[in-house]
Amino acid sequence: MLWRFHGGLKLAEHKHESNRLPSTPVRLPKTLTVPLHQHIGLPAEAIVQVGNHVLKGQRIADGVDHISAAVHAPSSGTVVAIEPRPIPHPSGLSALCVVIDTDGRDQWIDREACTNFLELDRREIIRKIHDAGIVGLGGAVFPTHAKVCCPVVPTELLIINGAECEPYISCDDRLMRERPAQIIEGINVLMHALGTERCIIGVEDNKQEAIDSLNQILMLMDEGERIQVRALPTLYPTGGERQLIRVLTGREVPKGGLPANIGIMCQNVGTAAAVYEAVVQGSPLISRMVTVTGAGVAVQQNVEALIGTPMIDLIDQCGGYEQGVAQLVMGGPMMGFALHRDDLPIVKSTNCVLAADKNELPTRPTPLPCIRCGECVKVCPAQLLPQQLYWYARAKDFEKVQEYKLDACIECGACAYVCPSQLPLVDYYRYAKSQIRAQARDRIKADQARQRHEARDARIAREAAEREARRNMKKAALNAVGDDADKDSKRAAVAAAVERARAKKAGQQADSPLNPSSEPAE
Amino acid sequence: MQFTPRNAPFLVGPNTVSALMRRVSLALVPGILAMFWYFGIGVLINLILAACAAMAFEALMLRLRGRPIAPAQGSGLNDGSALLTGLLLGLCLPPLAPWWIPVLGAFTALVLAKHLYGGLGFNPFNPAMIGYVVLLVSFPREMTQWLPVNDLLGQAPSLGDSLSWVFTGAQGLDAYTQATPLDHLKTELGLSRTVEEIISDPKFGGIGGTGWEWINLAYLLGGAYLIKSGDIDWRIPGGMLSGIAIMATLFVALDGDAYRGPAFHLFSGAAMLGAFFIATDPVSASTTPKGRIYYGLGIGVLVYLIRTWGGYPDGVAFAVLLMNIAAPTIDYYTQPRTFGEGDDLKGPGHD
Ligand code: SF4
Ligand code: SF4
Repeated sequence: MLWRFHGGLKLAEHKHESNRLPSTPVRLPKTLTVPLHQHIGLPAEAIVQVGNHVLKGQRIADGVDHISAAVHAPSSGTVVAIEPRPIPHPSGLSALCVVIDTDGRDQWIDREACTNFLELDRREIIRKIHDAGIVGLGGAVFPTHAKVCCPVVPTELLIINGAECEPYISCDDRLMRERPAQIIEGINVLMHALGTERCIIGVEDNKQEAIDSLNQILMLMDEGERIQVRALPTLYPTGGERQLIRVLTGREVPKGGLPANIGIMCQNVGTAAAVYEAVVQGSPLISRMVTVTGAGVAVQQNVEALIGTPMIDLIDQCGGYEQGVAQLVMGGPMMGFALHRDDLPIVKSTNCVLAADKNELPTRPTPLPCIRCGECVKVCPAQLLPQQLYWYARAKDFEKVQEYKLDACIECGACAYVCPSQLPLVDYYRYAKSQIRAQARDRIKADQARQRHEARDARIAREAAEREARRNMKKAALNAVGDDADKDSKRAAVAAAVERARAKKAGQQADSPLNPSSEPAE
Repeated sequence: MQFTPRNAPFLVGPNTVSALMRRVSLALVPGILAMFWYFGIGVLINLILAACAAMAFEALMLRLRGRPIAPAQGSGLNDGSALLTGLLLGLCLPPLAPWWIPVLGAFTALVLAKHLYGGLGFNPFNPAMIGYVVLLVSFPREMTQWLPVNDLLGQAPSLGDSLSWVFTGAQGLDAYTQATPLDHLKTELGLSRTVEEIISDPKFGGIGGTGWEWINLAYLLGGAYLIKSGDIDWRIPGGMLSGIAIMATLFVALDGDAYRGPAFHLFSGAAMLGAFFIATDPVSASTTPKGRIYYGLGIGVLVYLIRTWGGYPDGVAFAVLLMNIAAPTIDYYTQPRTFGEGDDLKGPGHD
């Protein structure tokens, strides 16, 4: 049984343009530019130096913390620079890259193959995944080892995402057709590592060949019991992690939570294949399937590209640009981002290079005011009120924006697509989110400052109270001098008190220059 | 090669405000034809005057506010919203009203109710209904002189007569005008006659007023098209018609002699026009799915109350404006459940 999520869009698919030809490898480029930050989390740290000779598959940078991933040399050659270079990123900024001049030999390091992964225990598998620098290849680039190593509750169900719901993109489609066995073996490795006995591969029903190819392999491997392929209605954004889980299981990942909270893990088909290569063949993640498509390129097809290959090499291999190319987009036309140049390197998250002409990705007409028609509400898969989010984001009322649950927005762009006023709604949401993040950072800083300030105030108050106490004691002592009754014992007590005070004063003077707050309490 | 980046999503859907307004205007055609059939040329004169005046005032205000009047891409005058406002206003006016009635109504609607609040998308009240209500309150005599339907008239006024009434205010129109069935029912009920006695008058047809039932049916047809095309949300007309029906059923059950049933109310006056074309003005209506049901229900209940006990024959305009006031509050309290929130995570899907 399948479920449905709210809203969604039926979009023109544009997948046939690129999914008919078998994939081909991209020629080895002269220079590979390998960014050190190809995952969420902190950038990896380079462990090679300029001038070093590296082999294909050699680790050139290490993850610095748990959610950071290693980076490897995609081919053999010499490190000629480690410096900021332009990378494909929405900000258009540069970031640290290891630049390798390839030597043309494409010479591998010694790889540690494994004939029977069932003999490995989960720790070893996770280490292999970690060492191979595998990240989620669906686009989220979350380091896979971090996801697999420590789910909060035992994983009951592994979901493999082969939905590929965005128009134009067909790299997962080709991968499922061409390498189903690798995907299934990768799934087996993951299931073994997770101790999971159930896996569903979700594929949109516009990819019948992919579904057939997976089913064929499952039958050959006699895995049909544990691993199932489900054809899903083609509806954007079924490939969103939360939407896919909803469609396959009827369950909703709690807002603010992770699939792991409900015992589910999602991995992309490409990630599964990469896990196979890492664990069984010992090959790190140094290449990926990329769809080169759009009316702006001569031959639309999928290619296997080394990480760090300039995008223009992919375009050239696909026959170069066509007349009228107007936009270069990394990713799909709904959630991708536009690039300002075409010499940027392929990274682990590059699933698609879309060279579009003016007609297929038309410029958004001048927006009109929101007419509150509610079209956006109808399609929002997060069940939000995009028009209210827009209204408050526009007014910079970020508190209200949060009240209307902006954090649940997956930036799928469905609302902006249907808006009759052509409002760039997602731009407003991205802006509001960044502002809210900045405010949260400021708040944390302010909190820390306030805590420091309060601690200081408290210390000053304590010191004042102590001084006051001493003064009172002295006063009491003086008063007591004139008292006749019990004179002796009182006098003795006073003397002791005065003595104590004097001693302390001396002590205080002694350490006050160094440590004004070290005064012991009486 | 260099490119100028834009932001995702790069795909733009086919819907536009002007296309939306065009479809809504088009869906009025069956209703307009039915009105024309029953009330003659005066209906068209009203429509033309109101629509032209509305467009003229829109252009004037865009000019005064320094906005482009008719840029290429369906904004300004091209967004079609002024035309629709004009049409809706024109349809609410008594046929053969003096020419300045539609013009003044269009002025109030476009200048006061729309542009002084900031123009398209910013008007808290339905502009056409503000135009109508201001006219009704200021010129009660002109605004309540409805022609009877042709069937009852014997002979329809000629085009020449009609034009001279509208433009010169020539005498003689009074001989034709009558109270509408809704109006008549209320007056007569006030005189303690029973419904049964009253509806023996030929003003009353099989369901609603003679002619009015067909006019309402025609609007229903247009409305059904808009629901099917997805241009209006079924929740608002659904709520409004249910509101009317529930109230009418309730009261007719209490006292069948003093009240008329739901069928009469649903097919009389501006019920269908109001439900499918006026209450559904998105800008001033509630915008959440649940809120739209409450909003519609509220209008329906108010329409019934005003029709039955209010000082005016029909209540659609006042009911819509009153619920316009309530819309922001309704919206606030009817936020949908966000994905991944709430207890029933295994529920069968979204409402
Ligand atoms: S679709 Fe656009 S115009 Fe309609 S309510 Fe949403 S934001 Fe406003
Ligand atoms: S971008 Fe955000 S608000 Fe818009 S439809 Fe997607 S989830 Fe909803």
